[in-house]
Amino acid sequence: MNIQIKKFYYGDIPDGASENEKPNTHKLTEASWPLWEVFMRSKQGLDHKHAGSLHAADAQMAIENGRDVYTRRQEGISIWVVESKYIHASNPDDSEMFYEPSEDKVYRHPTFYDLPDELKHM
Amino acid sequence: MSLHDFEKSFQNKIDNEIKIEPKDWMPEAYRKTNLRQISQHAHSEIVGMLPEGNWISRAPSLKRKVILIAKVQDEAGHGLYLYAAAETLGMSREQMIDDLNSGKAKYSSIFNYPTLSWADMGAVGWLVDGAAILNQVMLCRTSYGPYARAMVRICKEESFHQRQGFESLLVLSKGTKEQRDMCQDAINRWWWPSLMMFGPKDSESTNSDQSMKWKIKRKTNDELRQSFIDMIAEQIKLLGMTLPDPNLKWNENRKHYDFGEINWEEFWSVVKGNGPCNKQRLVARNKAHDEGAWVRAAAIAYAEKRKNKLKIKAA
Amino acid sequence: MNKSSNQLIDYTIYLGDCALILGQRNAEWCAHGPILEQDIAITNITLDLIGQSRNFYQYAAQLINAVENKNATEDSLAYLRMERDFKNLLICELPNGDWAQTVLRQFFFSTFQQLLFEKLKDSPDEHLSAIAVKSIKEINYHIKWSGEWVIRLGDGTEESHNRMISAVNNLWMYTGEFFIAADYENSDLILLKNKWLDKVKDIFDEATLTVPENVFMQTGGKTGNHTEYLGFVLSEMQSLQRTYPGAEW
Repeated sequence: MNIQIKKFYYGDIPDGASENEKPNTHKLTEASWPLWEVFMRSKQGLDHKHAGSLHAADAQMAIENGRDVYTRRQEGISIWVVESKYIHASNPDDSEMFYEPSEDKVYRHPTFYDLPDELKHM
Repeated sequence: MSLHDFEKSFQNKIDNEIKIEPKDWMPEAYRKTNLRQISQHAHSEIVGMLPEGNWISRAPSLKRKVILIAKVQDEAGHGLYLYAAAETLGMSREQMIDDLNSGKAKYSSIFNYPTLSWADMGAVGWLVDGAAILNQVMLCRTSYGPYARAMVRICKEESFHQRQGFESLLVLSKGTKEQRDMCQDAINRWWWPSLMMFGPKDSESTNSDQSMKWKIKRKTNDELRQSFIDMIAEQIKLLGMTLPDPNLKWNENRKHYDFGEINWEEFWSVVKGNGPCNKQRLVARNKAHDEGAWVRAAAIAYAEKRKNKLKIKAA
Repeated sequence: MNKSSNQLIDYTIYLGDCALILGQRNAEWCAHGPILEQDIAITNITLDLIGQSRNFYQYAAQLINAVENKNATEDSLAYLRMERDFKNLLICELPNGDWAQTVLRQFFFSTFQQLLFEKLKDSPDEHLSAIAVKSIKEINYHIKWSGEWVIRLGDGTEESHNRMISAVNNLWMYTGEFFIAADYENSDLILLKNKWLDKVKDIFDEATLTVPENVFMQTGGKTGNHTEYLGFVLSEMQSLQRTYPGAEW
């Protein structure tokens, strides 16, 4: 597959658009702050939900950065952080065997059962 | 599956409005285009802090000062969300920042213009953020999941920016003669560069429009530019100011405003690095980054030390 | 105007000036911080400080207008007074220096502010008490954030440790002023000194830093005898208000 995208969009200036563009030959040597995933409880009684990511040197700093970055508009009251490298995710290639077998098990859903309208509180 | 099958099933998802997620198979060119676009977008937010940050110390009232600081800070947040979205495509933030600082990576040319008066804070909010929002609202529906999610968060915050910009011009437009002149002058200087933000005319491009097909982008440059002009041409009436384009006129047949020719020579010149502030912007970014190196290194060193101390305690 | 209402006005303005001038200085970091996350963090502190100054100025303006029939506002207090009128602590107006000096200054100042506001909470003046209650929540975070940075840099690399030592040497002489009461303050201010020193020592221990001894202390900020730096801070901050007198923004 060899598609060249040359169209010049706002926010997508193609490589080589600038005459004096220099390749970046600089080597990164600095040890960088690890990446963290931030989960936020927006109010008491709700689950923590993924809010986004950020960089921090350690867990305590990650929580505080989460507070400073992701609660500027009162979005949360509790924060979880986990270093991104410790997140294990299912593989999209497994999607068929993982998730499709449940598709035909309609009997697991309450709407599957036809009951008389007179029956209350069920 | 053959490569061809992968491509077909990928395009199928796109056509059915199913978002692409980081671990999904994607064509290399899709990954690269997204990476380039998202990182440029992030750089634009970060460099965009500079022209407005330029007026924080001189904001004319305490209320305006906190509004401006909060706005510039939001841009840091937006840059951060976008860098995180780009990182899901396999490039570290350090690498992206290094590319920006070395002059390799691009950012929106609009931020290479100087902010010369307080009224520029209003004009930037109203025109530049206004133009950006049209693009960003469209990007909330872009096909790459992390990018779309970052844009949703950004759009929520961004509408405050455009509103405060207009409101601050409104106050100037009702003020003293000096303030009205300042307001008009800022609009005159920012109008054309804002139109250029949408990129070259559609007719200038002969390439197949892969970004549209992949739904990275959903509207063309000219479509977005036209909606912007139609919107601003109406809003400016409330300010009692004028736009610096003698050819700007409502066209009853098209149901759109006609407008004059954009100076594309200037556009390309700024993209190529010859804008009034290209150099200062990169100097400022490099200075902040270089002077922060020892801080970042110390934080890592301390985190390591503490980890080791805890290990010794546990042993 | 009687003496006590005059003193209350001066004291309120003093509290506002400290917050504004330190906020103005910290704001210089916005867009220039060492890493995005910390750029955002210090800017949150900046916004807290300027918010505090507005609360104090609004109250001071109310007091002034009640006794003098003037049109004082938060902005007239921030933008139309000169160096000799400003009462902020000297430490607030010093240039930021590097990140070490900035976080250490924040730690010294916030630790002092917390002790002061804990007392202010019990003030019979309900306005000041209310501002103190609201501000203390912010200040507690400022202490946590800046204290952790002092430890991190003090016990980080050799370079960061040395930079912290320079910061301590540069700033220590400006901390004595905290506890010397101006004539608009209660003289029991001195009682806070040991508590402040205890907190500083705790953090310094963890940071592997030592508290300097026998340092000559600079004073004068509370009575308008400032460093030469303040004039430049004010002329930049006040330029638009001075150039276009009476304009609304």
